Amino acid sequence: MNYLHSIGEYFLMLKGTFHRMTKGSVLRGLILKELDDLIIGSMGIVAFLSFFIGAVVALQTALNLNNPLIPKTLIAYAARQSIILEFAPTFISIIMAGKVGSYITSSIGSMNVTEQIDALEVMGINSLNYLIFPKIIAMLFYPFVIAIAMFLGVFGAYAAAVFGGFVPPDLFVQGLQEDFIPFHLVYAFIKTFLFAFILATIPAYHGYYMKGGALEVGEASTTSFVWTSVVIIITNYAVTQLLLS
Amino acid sequence: MIEVENLHKGFDGEEILKGINYTFEKSKTNLIIGGSGSGKSVLLKCMLGLLTPEKGIIKYDGKPYSEFTEDEKKDLSKQIGMIFQGGALFDSMTVEENVMFPLRMFTHRKKKKQNLERVKEVLKRVNLEGSEKKLPAEISGGMQKRVSIARAIVNRPKYLFCDEPNSGLDPKTATVIDQLIQEITHEYDITTIIITHDMNSVLEIGEKIAFLKDGVLAWKGDKSQIFKTDDETVVDFVYSSNLFQKVREAQQKGL
Ligand SMILES: Nc1ncnc2c1ncn2[C@@H]1O[C@H](COP(=O)(O)OP(=O)(O)OP(=O)(O)O)[C@@H](O)[C@H]1O
Ligand SMILES: [Mg+2]
Repeated sequence: MNYLHSIGEYFLMLKGTFHRMTKGSVLRGLILKELDDLIIGSMGIVAFLSFFIGAVVALQTALNLNNPLIPKTLIAYAARQSIILEFAPTFISIIMAGKVGSYITSSIGSMNVTEQIDALEVMGINSLNYLIFPKIIAMLFYPFVIAIAMFLGVFGAYAAAVFGGFVPPDLFVQGLQEDFIPFHLVYAFIKTFLFAFILATIPAYHGYYMKGGALEVGEASTTSFVWTSVVIIITNYAVTQLLLS
Repeated sequence: MIEVENLHKGFDGEEILKGINYTFEKSKTNLIIGGSGSGKSVLLKCMLGLLTPEKGIIKYDGKPYSEFTEDEKKDLSKQIGMIFQGGALFDSMTVEENVMFPLRMFTHRKKKKQNLERVKEVLKRVNLEGSEKKLPAEISGGMQKRVSIARAIVNRPKYLFCDEPNSGLDPKTATVIDQLIQEITHEYDITTIIITHDMNSVLEIGEKIAFLKDGVLAWKGDKSQIFKTDDETVVDFVYSSNLFQKVREAQQKGL
């Protein structure tokens, strides 16, 4: 019953977000700020994580490859597939649920408890649009982050496999190109768009509708992380079932 | 003028406002006093449309708020200034940007220069020159309060709502703020509603006073009446401070 109420409230929030738009010149500034905070601000950690995830995937494959009948190209192939299909879009998004998500929840939540949202409403501003719409627009650029994650992941795999002496460069590149299915990229970016929307809106929901004080802002961030991850994982399963099987 | 008729509001089954009837007059400082938790802020938020009352009518210059169209509500909000109990400054913006915010929202971009001048003017009125570029976190609580006041009056509102405008200020600044609010109320014919705990303010600017107790309007009058009334709950509230207690004793002794 409670969950149903929350789900209903979430969709009403979305409806309210695309209503009564904030003045264009103001909105532009807000979007630029969110781009800086949400997208640019995430680049560093994403680059770091994806490089080492790619590297460790290649390393594990190489270390477990004892059978001489299996070609060395498998190292690159396995790294490419796992990075493009899951590690970059899904795994990084879960991390972003912690980083971007808790930032969104706590920033909206603290505006909520200090009556800044009320102040916006008193001035006749649609606070939902003012606060959430710029975040959704900024997150449209999230697929760029994931594209970079994919690239760096593969690069990390190359570094670990080639510089680690497990496979010569030409074999690695050959493995990378083996049986490449372009639709896998399409699939990965379709889910990335969905995750971007989830990453912007579910944490916003938790911040906007929380009640209480500073302590509850912290609690809301945690809850928001849990729910954002859960929804991402379920969406991931559903999309995979729908598009790949 | 704002009229409130039979206003009821509760949370989770607990009734907070139990049928308020009152008229807040134009060009006057209308004070709402009462103990902590008596529902003063809730009453204000109902009038502002931030909370939806279960029952009752709120009329702005004779027209019920529930009959306002979206556009009319938007127009009305341009005419409202609000000082929140906690300041409610936007903490990602500087002092200047905070005060500029209502102007930026409601005026054309070309007016930027005019707007800046207006911002300067109000900041000067609340004695805050020199802090324009600071963030709210970098100034004191009392300064934040004054920024909030500047933001509320920058757009020359027709209705000014103040939730404890001078709490957290030193007595001198508090008096200055009180006088400022009273001045602009008369100068621009504003309907001003002020929630306060401060008996000094009552003494200073209590042109019309409503006393709220447990969600009921327990007494109404003005500053000359409030110190003479025999109404026990009011006497209890007014003379709860030591200073006023002493003054009263002195009065009774005929000093
Ligand atoms: N959003 C809310 N949800 C639930 N209860 C609330 C809410 N806002 C206020 N209340 C309750 O309503 C009552 C009156 O609160 P209100 O803020 O109006 O008090 P107040 O008269 O302004 O007190 P103070 O002088 O301390 O500011 C309190 O008991 C409070 O717990
Ligand atoms: Mg209050």
